This record gives sequence, C-alpha cells and structure tokens, in this order.
Amino acid sequence: MQWETVIGLEVHVQLATKSKIFSGSSTAFGAEPNTQASAVDLALPGTLPVPNEQAFRYAILFGLAINADINKRSVFERKNYFYPDLPKGYQTTQLDEPIVGPGVVDIELSDGSSKSVRIHHAHLEEDAGKSLHEDFHGMSGIDLNRAGTPLIEIVSEPDMRNSEEAVAFAKKLHGIVTSLGICDGEMSQGSMRFDVNISVRPKGQEEYGTRTETKNLNSFKFMERAIKLEVERQIDVIEDGGTIRQETRLYDADKDFSRAMRSKEEANDYRYFPCPDLLPVVFDDSYIEAIRKEMPELPDARKQRFVESYALSDYDASILAADAATASYFETAQAVSSDAKLSANWVMGELSGRLNSEELSIAQSPVEAKAMGELVLRVKDGTISSSGAKKVFNTLWESEGKSVDQIIDANGLKQVSDTGALEAIVDEVLANMADQIAQYQEADDKKRKKLMGGFMGPLMKASKGQGNPKLFNEILQRKLNN
Amino acid sequence: MLDKSIKELSQGLKNGDFSSVELTQTYLDRIAKLDARFNSYISVSSDAALTAAKEADTRIAAGDASIWTGIPYAHKDVFCTEGLRTTCGSKMLENFVPPYSATVTSQFDRAGAICLGKTNMDEFAMGSSNENSFFGKVVNPWSSSNDLVPGGSSGGSAAAVAARLAPVATGTDTGGSIRQPASFCGITGLKPTYGRVSRFGMIAYASSLDQGGPMARTAEDAALMLQVMAGHDPKDSTSIKHDVPDYSAGLNNSLQGLKIGLPKEFFNEHLDSSIQAVMQTAMKELEKLGATFKEVSLPNIGLGIPAYYVIAPAECSANLSRFDGVRYGHRCEQPEDLMDLYKRSRSEGFGNEVQRRILIGAYALSAGYYDAYYRKAMQVRRLIKNDYVAAFEDVDVILSPTTPSTAFGIGAKGDDPVKMYLEDIYTITANLAGLPGISVPAGIIDGLPIGLQLTGNYFDEARILNVAHQYQSQTDWHLKAPGNID
Repeated sequence: MQWETVIGLEVHVQLATKSKIFSGSSTAFGAEPNTQASAVDLALPGTLPVPNEQAFRYAILFGLAINADINKRSVFERKNYFYPDLPKGYQTTQLDEPIVGPGVVDIELSDGSSKSVRIHHAHLEEDAGKSLHEDFHGMSGIDLNRAGTPLIEIVSEPDMRNSEEAVAFAKKLHGIVTSLGICDGEMSQGSMRFDVNISVRPKGQEEYGTRTETKNLNSFKFMERAIKLEVERQIDVIEDGGTIRQETRLYDADKDFSRAMRSKEEANDYRYFPCPDLLPVVFDDSYIEAIRKEMPELPDARKQRFVESYALSDYDASILAADAATASYFETAQAVSSDAKLSANWVMGELSGRLNSEELSIAQSPVEAKAMGELVLRVKDGTISSSGAKKVFNTLWESEGKSVDQIIDANGLKQVSDTGALEAIVDEVLANMADQIAQYQEADDKKRKKLMGGFMGPLMKASKGQGNPKLFNEILQRKLNN
Repeated sequence: MLDKSIKELSQGLKNGDFSSVELTQTYLDRIAKLDARFNSYISVSSDAALTAAKEADTRIAAGDASIWTGIPYAHKDVFCTEGLRTTCGSKMLENFVPPYSATVTSQFDRAGAICLGKTNMDEFAMGSSNENSFFGKVVNPWSSSNDLVPGGSSGGSAAAVAARLAPVATGTDTGGSIRQPASFCGITGLKPTYGRVSRFGMIAYASSLDQGGPMARTAEDAALMLQVMAGHDPKDSTSIKHDVPDYSAGLNNSLQGLKIGLPKEFFNEHLDSSIQAVMQTAMKELEKLGATFKEVSLPNIGLGIPAYYVIAPAECSANLSRFDGVRYGHRCEQPEDLMDLYKRSRSEGFGNEVQRRILIGAYALSAGYYDAYYRKAMQVRRLIKNDYVAAFEDVDVILSPTTPSTAFGIGAKGDDPVKMYLEDIYTITANLAGLPGISVPAGIIDGLPIGLQLTGNYFDEARILNVAHQYQSQTDWHLKAPGNID
C-alpha cells in the first residue's frame, strides 16, 4: 500500500527580550543555576506577574511577518499541572484568545517548487525551568533561570507531507524569527524547539490517521531523523495489523530511537481558566501599525535582493538569505572582498562544513565575517592559492586575533605569480621528465588532461607549494603543446 | 490612651504627651498580658517594633513626622513582611520568612507606622469564623465566656482592634472577610474597590476577589489608613490607575440630599427581626442627617453565594498549587517519590477547609464541567455587577445588614460548611462586583455588636466613609468596647 505522511508542527520560539515575560529577571543563557530567578520566578507567596511589553511587540512583529491576523484583545490563561520546574503549579499561556491568529508561511523545496503552510495561531507563554537528573545521586536538581522566559508557540496546520517539507518549514521559521531579531535562533541552547505531530494514511484517503507527537526536537537534523523513524514505525505497526495510539513520544538523538512518554488516556486535564492576575491584553490599530513600521527585511525579500544585487544563483541566494546571521555574515565578507560569488562559495562550503561538523551556529564561528572577507580577497587577487586559503582558514579557526595577511606571511603561503620565475621552474622540472613528455605528446586530449597532474605535483614541490597553480598550468600547456 | 483616635495619638506624640516607645510598649504589654485569651496574634514583633518606635521618636522630635509616624498597628498575617514570619494561618507556611514586603506593608513602613505583629486568620483567608487557623481559634472579645467566634477570615485583626491590642489593623476581604468580623467585633471595616489597594505581597486566595483594607474603630481612622494603602502599584497589574482623593477631607460633608438604596432582596422576611430593628434605627439617624431612601432591586443577588463558591475555589485551586513542598513551606518527611512529596506535603500542610476548596475548584474547572460551573458562575458574576451598576444610577450608596446574625458560638457551624458559607450572604456580592463596602457598628443585640453595611459605587470610598463618619458623629455604637478586655 502507498502511504501518505501528514505533519503539523508546534514550534516554541524563545523571545530575545532582555528580561522575562512576567518579571524583571535576566533571560541570558548559561548563568549559574538559579541566579536569574527572582521572587516572582520562584513563585513566592504573594508575588504577582507584571507583563513585559517587549514580548507583545515581538509576538505582533511575528504575526505581521506571516501576514497573520493580530488579535487586538488576547487573554492569558493558567494551564495547571504539577512539576518541580513549574514553580507556580501552572503555566501562564494563551488558549482561546491568542495574540496571533491565522497566517501563512511559504516554503521552497529542493525540486524548485514552493508550498504554503498555514499557521493556525501563535500564542505567548512563559517557559518552564529545567530539571537536571544527572549529578544529583538519585535526586533531581531544579534550575529556574529559564522559568518565565517569554515564548511564542507557533502552531501550524497539518499541511506538510514529508520530512523535507517539515524541515523546510522549520528552517523558514528560523529565518523569519532571526531576521525579525525576536529570537537568537540558537537551537543548541533551546531557543527554538519543535514538537512534531505525525500521522500516516493510505494515499488518497481524506481522513487523517491517528497522530503522535514527538516533543522537544532542537535541531533540523534530529527533526528529519525523528520524522523518518516515526513514519516507518507507524507504517510498520499498521501493516502488522496494529493501531497507532495517540501518544507523546520522545526522540533520543544519542540512541537514534524514540519512545512513548504518555498516552492520551494518561494525559493531564490542564483545567485552563483565564489568569485573574493579568488583565486581557488590548491593542489598538495605531499600536500595531507603529510596530509594522519597524519591520526589518525578511528572508524572501532578502533573497530577491541577493539575486539582484550580487548576481547570485537562486539556490545560493536562498541559502545565504535564509537567516539573519548567515545573511549578515555573507554581506560583511562580500563587502570586504568585493566578490559575491567567491564569498558565497566560502560561506556555504568551507565555513558551513566546519560549523556543521563542530555543531556550531554561524554566530559562534571562530572565523569572523571580516576575516573571511579578507581571506576571499586574497584568493581573488591571487595572493594565495585555494589550498593555501584552506590553511589560512584553519589557522584562523584555531588562533584568534591573527589577521589573514599575518597568517599568510608567517606560513609562507604567498603564491609566486612572477611568470619569469615560474617559467624557470617549469623548464628545470621538465628537463628531467622526458619520458612523461613523450607519453603526453602521444596521448589524445582526454588522456592529456589526466597526465597534466603528473607534472603539477613536481612543479608544486619544486616551488615549495608557492607557485601559482593557474599560471603553472598555463605555462605547461604552452610548453607541452608546442 | 487606648481609646484615642489615630489623629489624637498623633497629636499626643507631637505634643510629647507620650512617646512612640511608650505607646508601643503599652500595646506590647497588653498583648503579652491578654492575648493568651483572644489568640488574636500569630507573631508579635516586639524588638523590631520598639526599634522602629525609637526611630519614630527621633523623627517626631526633629519635626519630620507624618500623621502615622510612631503609631502602632497590626497586619493580618496574609501580608508578607520582610524578615518577619508570614504564615497565612497555615501549617504550610509555619516557618516561612519572606525576603520581601507586600506593597501595603511598605506603605505603612514609609508612613512611619510601627508594626506590632501579625494577626491570626482563617487559613489562607478561607473561613468566616477564624476557626480554620493552624495557630488556633480566635476568641471574640465580646464573649464573656470566651465561646464566640470573632468572624473571619480577618478575625485576628478584628479581635485585636476590639480588645485594644492594636489601635488599627489591616485586613483582607474576599467575600466579606473584613466586614463580617468588623460587624461581629463592633468595629469599622472597609473593603475598597477591587484594584484600589495593591495585592502585591498579599498571599492570594482568590485573585479576582481579594482586596486589602482598613480595620479600625472609626471611619475617621479607616480613612487615614486607606490614604496609606490606596494607589496604583506597578507590581500589581490588576491595581488601577485612578486618582487617590483625600479620604479625610470629605468626612464632614453634609448628607443632605444623599440617596440611599435599600435592596428589596435583602429587606425581606428572611431578615432577622432584631437586625431589622437595628437597621430601622440607623435609617432614622441617617434620615435626620438629610438622607432619603429608595427601594432598589438586585434581582440576581441570590446567586451570589453559589457563584462565589465556584469562582473563589477555582482561583484558589491554582493559586495554592505553588505550595508543593519543593522550594519553601511544609515538606513531608522522607518522600518516596515526587507524587508522594506532593500528596503528603499538601495533605499535611493544608487544613480541611483549604483542601475542600481546592477540590471544589479543581472539579469546577475540570474537563466537561467548566461550562456548567466556572463559565456559568462568571456569567452570574457579570449579571450581579450589572444589577449594581443599574442600582447606582438611582442611588448614591446601598444600605444593608453586614451579617445575618451577631457573632455565633465557636463550633456552632463547624460541621456544616454550607451554613458557614451563608454567613457571607450580604457581603459577597460586593466582591463579585468589585465594589467598595464598609461595615459600621450600628447596635447591640443581646450584648453583642452588629454592623450595618454601606456599599458604594466604584472608587466611591470617600463617600461611604463620609456617610459612615456622619453616622458615627450622631451615634456612639463605635465607641462601645467589650466589657472585659483588661
């Protein structure tokens, strides 16, 4: 049987406000446990929430960015459940009257097609603290630094049909919220977390299958993997005559395995009701319009600009424009080097590969954008070869504070581009390669190309790696083809 | 000294007739000597009070004093006091010392008043008799054989003021918790408009109904207290930005032309005849002062108690979730696992009435019952509010009894929570509507005081204080003290 996958996402986006949504505590990441937890965050008796207006502004900005309805009246509710990292015993969130109503996010797929994913709504809420289960000898530690960090939860319609679409959607949201500056986008720090609702149905069937929800995925890679696993699992269960239980699942990236956390029957009754400590949030049109005026450039517009201003391909432009940090990195490198294509190649190639393998975001890159621009400039003006450039890049990565030119000088990476000097080296090397020359001259064009490598090695060796390979090649061609 | 008004005490301090230390010591001595009988205080802060009194005397001598500088008072133990144990009448918070002060507490501190200690109360402000305190029952100072309740939940404050163990005290009122004990103890108690007084640092029972207010012997003293307490607080989103008038300035305004509404739903055959007589006498006094009376109708008022006993428990079921044994408060011994920690800490830490209301509230909010209970109760609440808004189009204030009886016996209603809930029948709708109300001593029935209630329009505290003060200028019920309090 042919199966169709149906995917909907719930995305938690930590808002980049300086202080928490209902208290003045800092939201900075990585502080000592419980040093950013005030009396309000600890839910000491008698404390009351005071809303942070910046969180409302950010939520509205997001709503406007996805052309959503902004609800001029929204209401905070209490979602009641007991857990040690939830100090009040309820989470302050929105349910019936969220701040952002229906909207749309367009995604592009690798085959060049595009698709619209509908947003059901987005609401404001507070994050919980963290329970730490290691290092406490059978007990649990509680860190309330994160408790009260503002979140928007973006809830999509079940519009995605495979993991590629889901990942493209997730990446697009990442691009939008980082471009808006409302989220730092640091996935490894939990700044964006994805809950994926997955079901399968026989192709052609209208009715949805029973869905499961895989919670708390914090990387695109894990998300892709978790979806794949869950789709396979569901199809296996059904094909073996079983039924899918509506349940919450947890994906363990280390073991590449997911397991059921709790089923619908065990689900909490959250007893939502309007929070009596907070008045309904009411905005007028002028407030919303003032925020609209602050709207920065969004990924789609930026991509268009990259294609037009830098003559980049659609593909390159969409990758570089996708999120604010990458775009700004590229544009800085481009400005220093004045070579958009070469800058694009280095950002998407060497840099992106190294960041991925070391699981760093571009904001955390040890090689700064300006240095990258200088590096590209030296490749462009022929000062260094591309292999020399890789050495410079690695040195930049490892040792902070050195300039590109210093590294080139210190490591003798400057290319020799003096044609006279290079020609002398070619003559000297060819003098000892009579056999190879004869072989080359007997060969056809196709074979000759291969044989060229046999000359380049000794030439580079003779020039101590500093000869400009492009010029060597030209000189060789001229001499051998005569 | 014990019967002096705040104004007189303040003048006495300024004149040097007595010092704040002497005044404070007088009250501390009385508490030490007499409160074993009344049990009106949970904590007495003698040392801090005397230190503050010394500082007050210095300021008074330097001519740098407000009317409150050096005046002792007491706080209901629901207000957080930095460095001073705040229990809310519960075992759950038996050893809780807050690291911060309630806004109301800070306001009195800034005014220079001297906090004598924290008064007893029904646990988490849930109750109408002060029998629900982990720290023991409070005895009504008017009961000769120590067998009557002072009312609740601000029973400790009411008893302390009546027994001259504090000149004035703060209280909180969620369904009548200032006005009902004021009536039972023969004192004056004001519940302000919802949002008039900050709730920050006031341990929540039902957030949309709770309101702090003054408990004093006279309307004049209550006005001075409200002056300290009222105002917008950026730390409380539900406190309202509304100008704070000079509450003392209008106390002597004439009542000529004042229109007083009499809700026909309250003045009916269910009203106790002796209370009816007290109301009639009071109305004659008010009439002499120039007021006229008009019957008004509050058709949905009868639904007040059922609506309240859905909304208040619903809110408390969430408000009290923070008491989980994890970060502070009572924690059970040797919990086996997380669920055991929650269950035993909360079962041990909360008394029966608190547990009953948490259960009622959780039930009313649960899936499948929300519409039938919580949503319906909120609709009723809106209807009640509309009834009052309509009535206030015709009248300036509404007069009614405060309580259906005088103070009842300790244990008399212990076995029937609904009987206890009916205690609030005249007071509860002001909380649902968010209106201000004051209870003023209006008579003595069989040796026990009884109050009348004036309910005002939104932010019209000045007017009900004015009416109360004018009434007190013609009567002496508020001057009567219990027979045996020494």
